[in-house]
Amino acid sequence: MRAENYQAINHPPSHAFELNFGPNHPGIEGNYALQVKVEGDTVVQAHADGGYLHRGFEKLMEQRLWIQNIALVPRICVPDPSPMEVCYSMAVEQIADIEVPERAQWVRVLQLELSRIAAHLFTFGGHAATTGMYSPMFWGVADRDLILDLFEEFTGGRVYSIYNLPGGVRRELPEGFLQRVSKMMDYIESRLQDYDDLFFANRVFVRRAKGVGVLQQAEALEMGVTGPNLRATGLPFDVRRDDPYLVYEQLDFEVPVEEAGDAWARTLVRRAELVESLKIVRQVVKALPDIGGALRSEIPNPLAWNVPAGESYARVESSKGELGYYVVSDGGEKPWRVHVRGPSSMHAVQVLESLVTGGRIEDVAQTMFSLDACPPEVDR
Amino acid sequence: MVKYDDEGSLLRPLRALSFLTKPAITEPLVPRPAAEGYRGFHLNEHQRCVGCSSCQKICDNAAITMIEVSELANDKLNGIRNLRPAIDYGRCCWCALCVDICPTGSLSLSKEYVHTCTQEDIDSYFMMPGEVGMHGTFVGKGWQKSETSDLLDLQRKPMGERPAAQRIDSFDEIVNGFSAQQAEAEASRCVQCGMCHDACPTGMDAPEYIRSIFEGELEQAVRWIYQTNPFSHVCGRVCTHRCEDACSIGVRGTPLAIRWLKRYAMDHVSHQRVLQITQEQKPSHLSARKIAVVGAGPAGLTAAWDLSRMGHQVVVFEARKNPGGMPRYGIPEYRLPYEMLDRDIEVITAMGVEIRCGVEIGSEITVDQLHQEYDAVVLAIGLHLGRSTRIPGSDHEHVKKAVDLLRQVTDEGSIEVPQEVVVIGGGNVAMDIARTVARMQKQQWGEVRTVVTALEDQENFLADPEEVREAAEEGVLICPSRGPQACVIENGQLQSLKTWGVCSIFDESGRFAPHFDENDEQCHAAGMVIEAIGQMADSEILLGDEITERLEWNRGRLQIDENCRTSESWLWAAGDCVNGPDVVHAVADGHRVASSIDEVLKHA
Repeated sequence: MRAENYQAINHPPSHAFELNFGPNHPGIEGNYALQVKVEGDTVVQAHADGGYLHRGFEKLMEQRLWIQNIALVPRICVPDPSPMEVCYSMAVEQIADIEVPERAQWVRVLQLELSRIAAHLFTFGGHAATTGMYSPMFWGVADRDLILDLFEEFTGGRVYSIYNLPGGVRRELPEGFLQRVSKMMDYIESRLQDYDDLFFANRVFVRRAKGVGVLQQAEALEMGVTGPNLRATGLPFDVRRDDPYLVYEQLDFEVPVEEAGDAWARTLVRRAELVESLKIVRQVVKALPDIGGALRSEIPNPLAWNVPAGESYARVESSKGELGYYVVSDGGEKPWRVHVRGPSSMHAVQVLESLVTGGRIEDVAQTMFSLDACPPEVDR
Repeated sequence: MVKYDDEGSLLRPLRALSFLTKPAITEPLVPRPAAEGYRGFHLNEHQRCVGCSSCQKICDNAAITMIEVSELANDKLNGIRNLRPAIDYGRCCWCALCVDICPTGSLSLSKEYVHTCTQEDIDSYFMMPGEVGMHGTFVGKGWQKSETSDLLDLQRKPMGERPAAQRIDSFDEIVNGFSAQQAEAEASRCVQCGMCHDACPTGMDAPEYIRSIFEGELEQAVRWIYQTNPFSHVCGRVCTHRCEDACSIGVRGTPLAIRWLKRYAMDHVSHQRVLQITQEQKPSHLSARKIAVVGAGPAGLTAAWDLSRMGHQVVVFEARKNPGGMPRYGIPEYRLPYEMLDRDIEVITAMGVEIRCGVEIGSEITVDQLHQEYDAVVLAIGLHLGRSTRIPGSDHEHVKKAVDLLRQVTDEGSIEVPQEVVVIGGGNVAMDIARTVARMQKQQWGEVRTVVTALEDQENFLADPEEVREAAEEGVLICPSRGPQACVIENGQLQSLKTWGVCSIFDESGRFAPHFDENDEQCHAAGMVIEAIGQMADSEILLGDEITERLEWNRGRLQIDENCRTSESWLWAAGDCVNGPDVVHAVADGHRVASSIDEVLKHA
């Protein structure tokens, strides 16, 4: 090197250095990054660096017809897309004062709970991988795929259902579908023992997860954290129970709670929720054959549908927490404004930064997965 | 109960070793068959698709482009374009909204979901779906339209009309017209495909005014309507609505009531406001050219309206007492109140058109004189002579022509009718006169005894089905497949019309050559027989011998070029007298003539 090109590098002290964790990293969910400063194995500072998945959904929605957005919203959260379309539809239904037929409400619950099961299986698989356990990861992903097979039959699409419209759902269930759902629930239930053996009750995992990424209830509330992450701090808040929508009021299910607030508690809440979702799906399978009627209320021609001026906020309990759609109509054929309250935005930025700080480098990935952070839903 | 804590046995995970004894699952290389109702690559039945591009409009990702397929039919009158959707699979998200909105039901998604290619064939992701699928091997339909999945409203909003028992007592209008709510709901069914625009002889901006009506912008709708049609009230009521025959919603459902929507817009903007709106089209410069129009019907007045919008000075000569032509003298008031026609004409005169009524060309002033005084002359004289069947007895004084009687009703308000009347003919004019006579009979005799005999059978009736239905409701007896043979006259008195059953109307080569069954004879008692089998123009007297000889003729009609110009460079002809009876065609002719004249005068 010639002398004029030489620039002295101002090295940090040898015991502290910066680590770029992501955006492409096996320990990161989706495309997301954490700039982590470590001293030895200890994280002393973390900076969440999002935006890689920012596609401008909220703005895009202002440029699309009310119905076209149904095809857009599932993309906001890939692992758990169904709540997106249901929640958006609910918000539009509120403004346009559309009543959803009872049968469609039950079908929506079926869709939401199957989606929750698939999402929790996916997360537990991912979480297992971050602790070096690869068999549960394959199991989680493979069993989720079986739920996707159901979705393929049910909605025509494996991942993005695009099955709802304001006013109801688009198709009748295929013949014999409920029996197949029932069999699948039996299968997933039979697998719980295997999951426990290899993961949830595995001493190795428990020791890895206990005491990691502890979130206090006060902090959780302050930061707007909801869903399993909040319930793992001892607060039994669940939109399905506390602000019931669809037919959740008629369903029998528990809201599982843990006290510890750490990665372990969060995982156990999800494990318990799997069981509750199975319970709900079974109730729907039992009830649905006796609930007749239409699957959707009539809505105008989508090419000429001016939703009356007004605003609404609809919320559902997604696998990650409270998902909300704030929709404003100025009486036109497109939304004037849509804001999505992605539950992950509350726990995948500042909360994640604060939880990994002070922890160990090998727990960064685990902390992120235990929070079930969904970057596309943070960035939108 | 499992205990989730760190005191569990370290051996517990080893239970998973039992999976080693289970057979491994191997997925075959061929793609697994997709579920029924799967959303795979598109399929499109090209013979069912009409190219309306609704799929393109609903597409969230702009993945659909409409591409011309020259081998396919491009039939504007029947609402078929030779455009078919092509899909960019780099954009498509398989939401299937295109399938659910497709007005014809030709689009569906298949169960096919695998496509790979090399960089060289990267364009293969952009393809036009046909019936067999992306790779020429049909693997089955996936997501397709079901009864409940349609995103379109296929049923027309019903329009109220007065019951037959009420309407037979007067000439008041039959249909009530849409309410605001009905009109907006009806307008909302439109997919803005523009088939109506293409099929309309005068190219009305129907998608635009339907949209304006949907948005409640009625004045804007009126503005759109007057872009192409000064006979908006008339066409809102009695147009032959080719637009509705072409409407893509009509492929599986009932087409939009485009005519009634136009009427709704016209009826709900005050006449004063309509006058103001149309004045926006007043020309900024005058040309100092003078044009004479003979005949104040839709063709003549449209030409006059256009020419005066272009800045020319126009004088319209009308032989009758009032302007309006066939809409006034041929269409009964229960279909078209004259007040509405008057409004249309007022809009036209407000543009600066001068109408001189009661001036008969040929006697008071000759066409030659017009030629001397004006830069151009337009003949729009309509078809005011009724044709005769020429059957024995048809020269009896009580055998009348429908057009003559309808004209008399307009002029005198009423005619005397006998207790029994038989009408010959199955077209709309036959229905008009039958229903007019029925009303007169109700007034004069207290009961309706009018019979319509037509050559055509019930299915092939020439008149609009609703005309036939309404006539029957009003007590008119419709006798299809009856061929008139003679008017039976005894002692100078008309007794009846003798008809034979019709075996066929056309011969093998499609020529008119009715064939009758002589054994199937009926006599329909008649104090009056009315012939409504067609009209012809009364041009020869009007033109004078010299010009008649100079002009070129085609089977009794004036020979014109595509711009409606005759073989005389200063003379144009338009409307029914050259194109046969139809209001909206006459309007279209009027526009054509006007632009042709303007073009010629500009370069003169």
